[in-house]
Amino acid sequence: MSKLLEARKLCAYYGATQVLFDVDFSLEPGQITAILGANGAGKTTTLRAICQMVRTSGSLEFNGQQITGKSTEGVVRLGVAHVPDGRGTFTALSVEDNLRLGAYVRGDKHQVAEDMEKAYKRFPRLAERRHQQAGTLSGGEQQMLAISRALMLRPKLLLLDEPSFGLAPLIVAEIFRIMRRINEEDGVSMLVVEQNASLALDLAHHAYLLETGVVALSGPAEDIKRDESVRRAYLGY
Amino acid sequence: MNKNIKIVLSVLLVVGLLVLPFLFKNYRVFQFNLVVIYAIAVLGLNMLTGFNGQISLGHGAFYAVGAYTAAVLMDKAGMPYWATLPFAGVVCFGFGFLMGFPALRLGGHYLALATYAFALAVPQLLKYKHIEGFTGGVQGIVLNKPEPPFSFRFLDQPLSADRWLYFFSLAIAALMFLLAWNLLRGRIGRALIAIRDHPIAATAMGVNLPVFKSMAFGVSAAFTGVAGALGAICVAFVSPDSFTVLLSITLLVGVVVGGLASIPGAIFGAAFIQFIPNIADEISKSAPWAIYGAVLIGLMYLMPSGVMGLIRTIGAKLRPAKASASARS
Amino acid sequence: MDAFLHQIFSGLANGCIYGSVALALVMIYQATHHINFAQGEMATFSTFIAWALINSGWPYWAAFFATVAISFLAGVLVQRIILRPVEKAPVLTNVIVFIGLLVIFNSLAGWIFEHTIKSFPSPFAQKGMLATSIFSAHELGSALVMLCVLAALYAFFKFTPVGLAMRAAAQNPESARLVGIRVSWMLAMGWGLAAAIGSVAGMMVAPVVYLDPNMMGGILLYGFAAALLGGIDNPGGAVLGGFIVGVLENLLGAYVIGTELKLSVALVMIVGILTLKPNGLFGKHVVTRV
Repeated sequence: MSKLLEARKLCAYYGATQVLFDVDFSLEPGQITAILGANGAGKTTTLRAICQMVRTSGSLEFNGQQITGKSTEGVVRLGVAHVPDGRGTFTALSVEDNLRLGAYVRGDKHQVAEDMEKAYKRFPRLAERRHQQAGTLSGGEQQMLAISRALMLRPKLLLLDEPSFGLAPLIVAEIFRIMRRINEEDGVSMLVVEQNASLALDLAHHAYLLETGVVALSGPAEDIKRDESVRRAYLGY
Repeated sequence: MNKNIKIVLSVLLVVGLLVLPFLFKNYRVFQFNLVVIYAIAVLGLNMLTGFNGQISLGHGAFYAVGAYTAAVLMDKAGMPYWATLPFAGVVCFGFGFLMGFPALRLGGHYLALATYAFALAVPQLLKYKHIEGFTGGVQGIVLNKPEPPFSFRFLDQPLSADRWLYFFSLAIAALMFLLAWNLLRGRIGRALIAIRDHPIAATAMGVNLPVFKSMAFGVSAAFTGVAGALGAICVAFVSPDSFTVLLSITLLVGVVVGGLASIPGAIFGAAFIQFIPNIADEISKSAPWAIYGAVLIGLMYLMPSGVMGLIRTIGAKLRPAKASASARS
Repeated sequence: MDAFLHQIFSGLANGCIYGSVALALVMIYQATHHINFAQGEMATFSTFIAWALINSGWPYWAAFFATVAISFLAGVLVQRIILRPVEKAPVLTNVIVFIGLLVIFNSLAGWIFEHTIKSFPSPFAQKGMLATSIFSAHELGSALVMLCVLAALYAFFKFTPVGLAMRAAAQNPESARLVGIRVSWMLAMGWGLAAAIGSVAGMMVAPVVYLDPNMMGGILLYGFAAALLGGIDNPGGAVLGGFIVGVLENLLGAYVIGTELKLSVALVMIVGILTLKPNGLFGKHVVTRV
């Protein structure tokens, strides 16, 4: 089975500062992969590197195609949707406009309309607020909106940066439940960056642990969850 | 060895400058004179925009105020020409300092916009009929060209009015460049540059931003105002249409060509803005301005540090042994 | 009374023009956070192109639409070729480049078309059923044209996908990229639209003030004042600001300070707004973190 995304000797730089050092990882289609690690380990940078929002060197292949050097828009058009940290919603536009923009690159009007209804069904709170300005939504609702907007692309790969950040535990649980359903029902592959390791390991099939820009550990999420010494040493619980 | 060469070159330069007017006809000397005057004006603008980062598209207005101050004092109060300079400086300092206050709240393009608006409005203000008594209205004021205070012959050429004024301007310029160099190389210069590059950090480190920025505006205006006064004296004429927004843009071109935040660059910039129109005028009336426009854009791409930046880069390349810190002004 | 009404209506008609220039300025500001100092000269240059077409025999409206199309393209090209390389450069660099553009357009207009003042035709018959003592046919006609332009723009931004994408790109370029919007082409289109609007404003103004390379100098200043009054990031405010500036200009000029100091009025407005209420009447107050 060919990999959905394969990174080999991936390095990433902010200006002159190198942040990722020869990182190797691969994602299987249909799987949820988690990237764990402490603050500053390079998790967010990894997602940004995939979207070519930072300078990279090394090999990055998406569905067999090299994407290093492409523009961010170009990577998105290949089917990679990114929910950045901070949500990245268009706060001055309505909820509905945000969703419409998520489908900007698609040409199939009817399916787009269907997908929008699906999003509203999945997150009824968004339906209630469809004409409201996105900036007036609560944190949890903005996260739902951000995920829905990303799904409007009908992406092959969904990148999520700290989806639990700043949200109440109940909302987080709901969102993670929905993420699992999206993966199981629609087969959307996901790459999730999370500081909350236990949440992430419950959701994911596979996990990578980053430590100051290098891969310290990788393996099936089950194994990492069960391994006490790993959990204590790296994940703090 | 290097120091001795520098001293010899400096002496040669000074001698050259002193002998220059006697090697050329009066009209050329007049043009050299304008270069000297523009150099002071460009230096003034550079102090504000290059060193302190406050963008002024209206320095032509200060040039005009200086020029009119000198003209009115000479014409209406019968003041001798050399005495008008300090008045022009003080008046312009006042204007500049006052403009510094609203400018405090304006950054970047808003300040550029406000100064641009100011420059656009100046000719209309100068033509205003209620102050025509002083300003001479649309006609402007015609002045008498000062005569040299003594006669003198060198290389078989007399000390004409143009030559005398050249020396006069040169002396004033030397004084003002020295003053600028003194101001900018010490604490004050560093504070100005700190304000330009990291205003919040500068404030946090105790630099009194409002005072410094207003002072910078005032001093910069004073320099350009003195240049304007000199200009009025040497051209012996002021009129509102000599001071349109194009003058402000011309000074900006001078700053950009010479190099932002460079004192000697002002001389190259001044030479450029004085002589390009003369050369390009042959092609078309509009050619000089097309060249200015192309130069402004081209230099921003290719040589953002202007002529002085180029000279520094070439100098650094010719001295590979010396570990020179990269020029980051 | 008639004279007063005429001042008001003519002020409103002028206000359409100032509002359009202001709108062009706001569009570019919203997208790039830069003030297009060259807006006026670009509009003048476009008007010269229209004049050249009309002079070589083109019917008015054919020349009009051709000029709008050419101006759109020119705006796109200017952004792509000249402005994109300095997109990330400091403000001063950008201001200098804009001034450079101003100077180039002005001097090219003078070079190619000479400095002699030219008359420019108005498509609205001088004496027809539309003219009254309060406003001329041209004032009414040009006001209607500008209002059509503004309505078309509003519809474009509100109802079309590309319009939505442009708004998104202006508000949040990074997020826009993440939905696949080619942000730099959106910027180029914004420039194209601004240039097109400017060309219409130029062609509406030229019959009244006559065509020469410096035609738009003063009008640009009013456009700035209008844009600032409405809030430099608020398109609706720009239009409203235009009307206010237009009427104020006329009333102050006729009844308070006389017509020779009109530009100073604009200057005072600009400095006043920037000092007292930098966000204008309707702008949003943006707080940036240190």
